[in-house]
This record gives sequence, structure tokens and C-alpha cells, in this order.
Amino acid sequence: MYDMKALYEAESVQDAIRLRLEHPEAQIIAGGSDVLVQMREGKRSGKELISIYMIDALRGVSLDEEENLRIGSLTSFSHITRDPLIQKYCNVLGEAVDQVGSPQIRNIGTIGGNTCNGVTSADSASTLHAYEAIVELTGKDGVRRIPIHDFYIRAGQVDIRPDEIQTAILIPKASYENTFGHYIKYGMRNAMEIATLGCSVNVRLSADRGTIQRCRIAYGVAGPVPMRCPTAEATANGQRPSGELAGRFARAVIDDINPRDSWRASKAFRQHIAVEMAKRALTRAVELAGGEMA
Amino acid sequence: MNKVGRSEVRVDGFDKASGRTKYYEDRIPAGALYVRIKHAEIAHAMVRSIDTSTAEAIPGVVKVLTCFDVPDLPFPTAGHPWSMDPGHQDVADRHLLNRHVRYWGDDVAVVIAENEVAANQGVRALKVEYDPLPFVLDVQKAMEPGAPQLHERFPGNILKHTDLRKGDYQAAIREPGLIKVEGWYDTPTVQHCHIENHGCFAYEENGRIVVVSSTQIPHIIRRVVGQALGRPWADIEIIKPYIGGGFGNKQDALYEPLCAWCTTQVGGRCVRLDCSREETFVSNRVRHAIRFHIVTWLRKDGVIAARKVECFSNQGAYASHGHSIVAKAMGSFPQHYPCDNMECDAWTVFTNRPAAGAMRGYGMPQASFADESNIEDCARALGMDSYEFRKKNIMPQGFHDGFSGNTNYYDSYRQCMAKGAAYIDYERKKKEFSHDTGDIRRGIGVATFWYNTAVYPISLETSSNRMQLNLDGTVTFQCGETEIGQGADTAYAQMVAEAVGLKSYRDVHVKSCQDTDITPTGLGAYASRQTYVAGFSIRQTADILRGKILERACQETRQAVGNMDIVDGMIVRKNDDAPLMSLKELAMTAQYDPVHSQHITAESTYTIRNNAYSFGCTFAEVEVDIPLCKVTVKNIVNVHDCGKLINPALAEAQVHGGMSMAIGYGLSEQLIFDEKTGKPLNGNLLDYKLSTFMDHPHLEAEFVENAEPTSPFGTKALGEPPACSGAPAIRNAILDATGVAIDRTPINPHVLFAEFTKAGLIHDDWREEE
Amino acid sequence: MSQYKLIHCNINGKDVEKMVDVRASLTDMLRNEYHLTSVKKGCEVGECGACNVLINGEAFNSCIYLAVWAEGKRIRTLEGLMSPDGELSDIQQAFIDETAIQCGFCTPGFIMTAAEILESGKLYTDDELRKLLSGHLCRCTGYENIFRAVKKTMYRRLGKEIDF
Repeated sequence: MYDMKALYEAESVQDAIRLRLEHPEAQIIAGGSDVLVQMREGKRSGKELISIYMIDALRGVSLDEEENLRIGSLTSFSHITRDPLIQKYCNVLGEAVDQVGSPQIRNIGTIGGNTCNGVTSADSASTLHAYEAIVELTGKDGVRRIPIHDFYIRAGQVDIRPDEIQTAILIPKASYENTFGHYIKYGMRNAMEIATLGCSVNVRLSADRGTIQRCRIAYGVAGPVPMRCPTAEATANGQRPSGELAGRFARAVIDDINPRDSWRASKAFRQHIAVEMAKRALTRAVELAGGEMA
Repeated sequence: MNKVGRSEVRVDGFDKASGRTKYYEDRIPAGALYVRIKHAEIAHAMVRSIDTSTAEAIPGVVKVLTCFDVPDLPFPTAGHPWSMDPGHQDVADRHLLNRHVRYWGDDVAVVIAENEVAANQGVRALKVEYDPLPFVLDVQKAMEPGAPQLHERFPGNILKHTDLRKGDYQAAIREPGLIKVEGWYDTPTVQHCHIENHGCFAYEENGRIVVVSSTQIPHIIRRVVGQALGRPWADIEIIKPYIGGGFGNKQDALYEPLCAWCTTQVGGRCVRLDCSREETFVSNRVRHAIRFHIVTWLRKDGVIAARKVECFSNQGAYASHGHSIVAKAMGSFPQHYPCDNMECDAWTVFTNRPAAGAMRGYGMPQASFADESNIEDCARALGMDSYEFRKKNIMPQGFHDGFSGNTNYYDSYRQCMAKGAAYIDYERKKKEFSHDTGDIRRGIGVATFWYNTAVYPISLETSSNRMQLNLDGTVTFQCGETEIGQGADTAYAQMVAEAVGLKSYRDVHVKSCQDTDITPTGLGAYASRQTYVAGFSIRQTADILRGKILERACQETRQAVGNMDIVDGMIVRKNDDAPLMSLKELAMTAQYDPVHSQHITAESTYTIRNNAYSFGCTFAEVEVDIPLCKVTVKNIVNVHDCGKLINPALAEAQVHGGMSMAIGYGLSEQLIFDEKTGKPLNGNLLDYKLSTFMDHPHLEAEFVENAEPTSPFGTKALGEPPACSGAPAIRNAILDATGVAIDRTPINPHVLFAEFTKAGLIHDDWREEE
Repeated sequence: MSQYKLIHCNINGKDVEKMVDVRASLTDMLRNEYHLTSVKKGCEVGECGACNVLINGEAFNSCIYLAVWAEGKRIRTLEGLMSPDGELSDIQQAFIDETAIQCGFCTPGFIMTAAEILESGKLYTDDELRKLLSGHLCRCTGYENIFRAVKKTMYRRLGKEIDF
């Protein structure tokens, strides 16, 4: 039995917006795999909750009129992984969220919740950053769309206004078209794990597959919020894929990332594996794109 | 013997597979009050005051009780048999709630409420003021002069120091030409992680107190609750239903005394005390972290000339099982690799950490890690093969230990190792893997152990049971050695069917639930003794029951008692095997005899003055990804000589579980504490790295079945042994793969990163630039 | 002060409704209101899998699922796997026959996940099976015999020869 002051159940997006305005202190709960755990720990005990879990309109993956991938915020991780559009256009996202916690957590956990709680270790976040995803928020005045990079303000805080809920995440066609990605999660065990570090790399190769036209890399847990690595990306862009390049590319992430010391892992350790993971993820992404590492 | 030695399915299998098995929480009456504990959020302090007013004002809160309310009756908690010798009794250093807080998580108050939410709110509303004291987490630091002191009765924080001396170590090491192999070996604080947390409920009935508890040791708990409450022991009735694992944690009085006291404070109403997972990690028991210092002196021909072993055991805040654990660890050394000159010392030291108690292996996983790491390093120092060096030095056939009376009747070690080496393809892979030089390298490691089956002669070994012949010819069986998941009830059913002469083990109804008012007194489930000790009393009681049955049969059939036998549920004439009457006919005839009605039962107690060596080994094959600092166990086999198997399938299953625990011990599990505050940091199932389904390879369990001569059924220890040798085998495999000897567990990526950096296997140039 | 809601759902094939405290987890509702005690509590934060049940055919940890979300759902617990005349399903029998049960506390959750796996009608590789079962912790078995029970049943249902 949760120590909850009150529960307000939204039946639609508009209903959720109304409840948010009526109960400004209330916490939104989607799948609850974070909120309920915190409530039990005492961190959020005695609080009011607005449940949006029953709003089925926020579930599912589709292509919008501009062929951007549109993922409803309440789509569960397991449904993202199994979705044919995801598998076709952004398989790496499906693979990344297939490494969240456990099968049961992947059935309850939602991509909206994973991003809205603002934690750097979210398995979806590095891939969404590496694909320059757009976050869609709906409020009393309509829809607002912002780049995922801007959505994360600081650890645990994201840009949601008091009348808004997150309604979708979009992956622009320009990001996923002809692009192949790979995600590596580093954990201390192979399931039921929070990432010690997550690394997502995607590449677009030239028609002859001899050049990396565009490379993107993002990390989770390499800083207080998920982050891209511009220095490393610049190292790889326009270059011929090779083992030597992978090494330089990987070494360059050190200039971009800013992991910290914590009891979960030291900064030095996170830096070390970040480099190794960048190398392996780039290599794999190039292979998936049909390229060869010279 | 045809009822034992067979892979029968579990007697409790159907109920467990259908979800109807009742654990303590499934038996709590509706309306029971909730007890929630306020745990100290400071590692060492005196409680100055507790303001209960806000908590008491919360609707639903019935009562708040604090450390200032409890009786001043110190009690011990260890699940050891009582001793009539006061010098051999466990240390009584516990109170129901504590004014002197000795670790982060210590119990200072309780809130009793009508519902869970009110109880939790009440606990959060308590305002505790502390007078902080300095604290110490490390054993060596706790032994230093001027260290914070935990218990007045134990100056210098030393709970106990014992030693073992053999030959003359100091003289022996002066021999010229000896090679010295020295190391410090560290083992971590780990937790049992049975999936059912401990919990219990209590109520008064006819002026007595009933406690239903998730425990391994109902009869011992009765005594401890009596001591803690200052009540005659017989005023307490403990009921033990099915439990969701124990692994030694529940071989301690956990919260039964507090729960029993709480019911007396609310007029005998039923109160429930359920530990959360977080409480299980911190405020129950943990495995002792033991640090070892070993110096081994070798002759060039591979003979061990002398050995010095120092063991420092981190007891945490309270005595619990105390020195027994490290004493057992230390005692393993002189017998495992016997040598003429040994000097061994063991200290058990209080620190401001959670209390350490019994855990599967009772000191042996720690000792085995240190011993087998050092022995591996010895082999390498001599340039000898690991396996050959062990074969040369390990306990030989015929070895006899005067203290326990144990004899190594067979050449079990060498038989087990031969089987393990064959399974893992030792020779070939050893050669093949030695060529690995890249980022990914493979290696093979071996480790061995021995284990005592029971606790004789250190403690009392007694087993009682009752058999009742039912009217359908089946037998109802009760004993005090408990089913905790290991399959004891099934083994008992098979042994009873064998000993009485029933048709099937299904004709034995084992009353799994112990009730100390009803069940014959036994000591519960601990050590690796249940099947072994129950075997003695089962054989004895079965003989009594058979005697009564045959006497009655003599009246009915006019055949001489000595001319009859009981076979497959039939009374038969021995000389021509003719069936005379079934047990059912006999039971009905006896019961409904209008003149001499007889209810045929038997009960007896057997004092076991025996013990038995159990042996085994692990061979592990690993793959090490050096840049990623990751180890994958690719292949692993345990081989055990635990005597004759009563139920091979169950034995194999038990070995799997122990191997899994050993893999976790070697690679991932560790409860960690904040050095600055003493706060436990990862006491939950997400941050504490228990192995998951994806962290194991296939687990291979094999056996060498040498019949144990002291046992009526030829059996000996298996419960704990599988947890003993896995971690050092993995450590030795990593050494084999990389050349890096790591002298601590868990060998997780953090440790590998540090060790590989030190060894020059990985090199991060940017770290120098920074 | 207390807030209740009437929740209608289908539990183990039967349409039911009860007034439920909105603060209740699905574990609380199933155990306390419907006495389905196969639903076990091992952590109450979705880490051990002991409280796992099937909701509309998918596995969920009922401890971190609000009871009110059960509205209109089809919920299955281990109690629902046995046939009305008391016969165990093949996967339950396999857990017994393969010695995949020891203390029994993780068993109900595991069997429900296994039920979902088997009902998919797919043939999974060993690695896939391990991953699908990885939402449950067990301290007794090392997962070895659980793996064997699920794998054997999967092959049997698909009418295929097993290769171990």
C-alpha cells in the first residue's frame, strides 16, 4: 500500500492538462517504475499523483506526414523493440531499450517516463540524443516541440511546464534516413542493471561506403545529463572508416565527456570504458551500414 | 536399499508449482497490527532522546515503543544449541531495541499501527536525537589502540582470539633454500538474499505467546524469545511454516523476540513484523568479511615446509555466531594441505557494520578463497602445474583428525579432481589457452575445499523424530530438522520409506510445518547436517516402529517376530517371502481391536557423536575482455564427494545453487559502506549484484559417491559445500588467463581496472596528462 | 480521507469487481482482496520478479503496478494455470519433474513468465530464453533447472526434438 495523498486519473491528454493545472503539487505517473519506487522509499511519500497510464492515445509508433518516426510517450520499451517501424528505421533504439532492467520492467516502463525523469543513465537517452530526437509536449495552449538536448536542463530536471505533459518523441527523417547505429550498455551484470555507461553511435556512409558522411555519438552517465561528443564526431566526419580512425575517434571522447566519481564507478574507470565502447560501437555501426574498417 | 538413491520428485513440488504453499505472510490473520522499525541513521552513537509525539498523533498508530521502554535482559541470537556449560554459551549482547547504536541500521524504536501506511508514516515522524560517537568499519583499524569501542565487555573490540600450533614454525622457516609465498587475501561482506525476506507474526493464546516465523530453527528461537522476554521457555510456541530460503540468515533469532514483545505490549493482539528487502540487507545478518595473511614456505621439490595463517574476521556490531565462523575457517588450513609446521591465529573483531552471522559455508568460502589463492601462487612460484601441485600436497587418503574424529576413508580429493579435469578438458585447454595474447584471453582455474558435515564435537548434535502408522498403512513423520528449500522433507520421506519398509516415499507424510509444542525437539536446519543427523534418528525410530508392528503382527499371524519382515508395505514371512498382511490391515486391526486397541507410533532421540568430511572441487574456465575489464565464466563444474546420494536430482539442484552463489562471491557481490558515514550504499537487489539468469553458463554438477561409513545411509554434507570453491577457481582462472593474481573478491570491473592498470595490461595515456 | 474505486477486471478467467483503495498495488489487491497468495513479495520495487503476473498476456511486476490500472484488464496468476479438475499445466509439471523448484518462493513468478514465453508459440535460442527469464531472481537453483524446464516444455509444445 503506497503512502499516497490522492490519486487523480487522467482519461485523455486534455484531462491530464486540466488535472495538472488543478493540482500543481501533484507528480505525474506514467508506468510508475520510478515514481512508485521513490514513493515507497519515502522520497515522494504523502504526495498526490496524476496517473496518465490509462491514456491509450499516447501509445504506439507511427510515421507522421513528413515521415518522422513518432513514438507515443506511453509506448512501453518492449513495444518499441517489437515495433516494425522502429526495426526498419531506427533499430538501435529498439535494441537500446531492450536492455532496460528486465522483461517486466520493459513492459511497464515507457519512453516518456524514461526521458521525463531526467536521469543520465536512461537507456533510451543516449540513442535519442544521437538521433537528435524531438520532444513533443502538449499544454493548455497547444503543442510545443523542442530538441531533446534542450529538454534536459540538469540532472533530474527537464523542460516541462506546469500545464504540460510529454505526448511524443519524434525521430526526424533526416536523422534516421540511411543511418545505422549501435548501442553498448556497460553494466556490472547482464540483466537488471543500471548503466555504468551507455554509448550510442550512428553513422551514415557515402554511397560507395568508403567515407563516413555523418557520425553521431552520445553517452549516458558520462555527465549529469546525456550528452553528445562534438569533438569525437568531428574527428570521424568525412573520414574513411578504419581501425586507426576508430582509435582516434574514441580517444577524442575524453575531451567531450565529464563523468564523475561515485560509489558506483570512478571517473577514471568511466573514462577508460568510454573510450573502449566508442571504438567498438563505431566499428559495429560501420559494419551495420555495410562499410568495412580498413 | 531401493527407496534412497533415487531421483524422486519433491514431496512439496505439487503445492509449490501450483502456488498454494503457504509461507508465513500467507498465514497472517486479517486485522493484524503492523510493526515497523525505526533504524538508526548513524553508525555509532548513544540515543539521547526520541520524540514520539508526532508519530503518536497519526491516525492508525496504536503504540510507539522505544529503546527506553525495553526490558534490560541481554540475550544471544546465534542459532546454536543451548549449552549447560555457561562458558560455552553464546554471547548475550542484544537488547530488543538499542540505546547504544552500534551500526547504521540498528533498531532504536518501533511503531505499531493498524495499517502499513500509518506504521511507515509513524516511523518517519519519529525524531531521534543522538550523541554521536566515532565509528570504525575496518578490522585492522578496530584493533588499533584508541579505536572506537563497541562493547564494554570486549576491550580492544576483540570478541575472541584463538590459535592453532603444530611443529615449530619459527624453527622450520630457517631451513635454507625455502621459497616464501606471502599474500593478504580479502573477502567481502555479502548477504544471503533468500527471495523471501524474514518476517514473523505473534499473538497471545491462553496466556502464552505464539510466534509464526520465517526461520530455519524453531526450537532454538523458542529459547531465545524466552530469554529476551524473561519468560519460561515453555511459555513460547514457535511455528515454522514453509520458508522462502534461509542460507543461514534465518539461523539466527532475527526479529522474533521483538515481535513477541510487541504483542505483549498491545494486549496480546496479533502483530506482524515484515522485513523489507532493504532491512534484510542491513539489519538481519551478513557473511563475515575475513581478511587473511598467509605465509607459505616451500621446498623446491614442491613440499610445504611451514605455513603461517592469520585470520581477521569482521564481526560487525553484535556477536551473533561470533568466533565460530573464523575458528572454522582457520581450522580448515592444517587439514586441507597438511604440513608439519603451522602457526595459525584467528581474531573476531567488532566494527560498526551490520552483524555478521551464519551463511552457507560458515567461514569456508572465505578460507577456501585465501587458501586456494595462496596455494595457486605457490604452484606458480615453483613452476608446477596447479593441478599437480594440489595432487601432491592435498589431504591424503587415511588422514585422521583427532579432534573431530574424522577420517578421509577414500582418496576423495584426487577422485573429484580427476573427474573435474576430465569434464573441463583441462590438459588440452590449458595448452590451447596459453597461446592467447590479445585483448580477449582465456584461462582455467581449479580450487578445492573440505567441509565438516555436522557440529560435533563443538556443539550438541541431537535429532528426534516421531513416526505414526496411519490406518491406510502410510506413515506420518515429524522431526525438528527443517525444510528450507533444500529438499530435506523429500530426503526424509525416502529414508523413512527405506527404513520402515514402505512401498514408496509417497507413503510417508512429512509434516513440514514445525510447531515447538508438537514437533519432537530438533535443532533446525544448519551446518550441512540435516540428512546426516536425521538419518541416525530415522533409522533408530524406524526400528522401534518396526518392532511394534511386528509384535502386533505376531499376535495376528502367530509367526515369530524374527521370522517376519516389512517389505514394500507388506508384512512378509522371511523364509518363503509369503505376504502375511498389509500394513493397512495391521493398522486397522490394531486400532479397532475392541479389547487391545493400539495406535502404533514410535518416537526417539539420537545423540550423534560423529562427524564426517565432505570434499569437492571446482574447475572454472573464463574469458577475460581486458580492455573492458570483464570476466565471463564460460564453463564451470563442481565435483563433490558427499557420500551416497539420497536423491541425485535434488543433490544436483542444490549444487547448482551453491555454484551460483560462488560465482557471485567471486565476481560481483559485495555490500559496500560509505567510509565517511558508515552508511550502507547498495542494500537493494538492483545495486547489490546478485547473479541473474544471464550471468551464468551451464552449471555442471558431478559426484563421487564414496559411502560414508559413519552414516546409516552412507551420506554426508552437501548443503553448504557447493558455495566453497567456486570463487577461488574463478580467481585462479583469471590469473591463468592474464597473469594477474587478484587477492580479493569480488573480482569486479573496478578491481580489474585497477589491477590491469597496475600490471600494465591497460594504459590510459590521458590520465597522465590530467 | 481514504479514496476508493470500484475496479472491474477479469482474474483467471472470471469477471470480478471490488472496491479498492487507490493506494493499493496490484500485489496488495490480488493478495488481500482475492487471496491469490501465489503472488509473492520479495522486494516491492520491481527487482526480484516474485510478484509477477500476466496482464493482457504480458508479464508485469504487480508490486509496482497500481491496482486501479487493473480496470478492464485480463489478469492471470499461478492459481489460474491449473485446470478446474486440479491438473497441472505442462510447465508446472516440468518445474516439478526437472527439479526446478527448491524453496518455491520465486516459482510462481517464474512460471507465469514461462507461460507467456510458451504461449508465444515461438522457438527461442538459449540466449533469448535466458534474457526472457532474466526478470526473476532465484538464490536456490542457479537458474539451471528452471532453464531446462522451460526449454524442454517449449520444445515439447512445438513438437520438436530437443537438443541440449
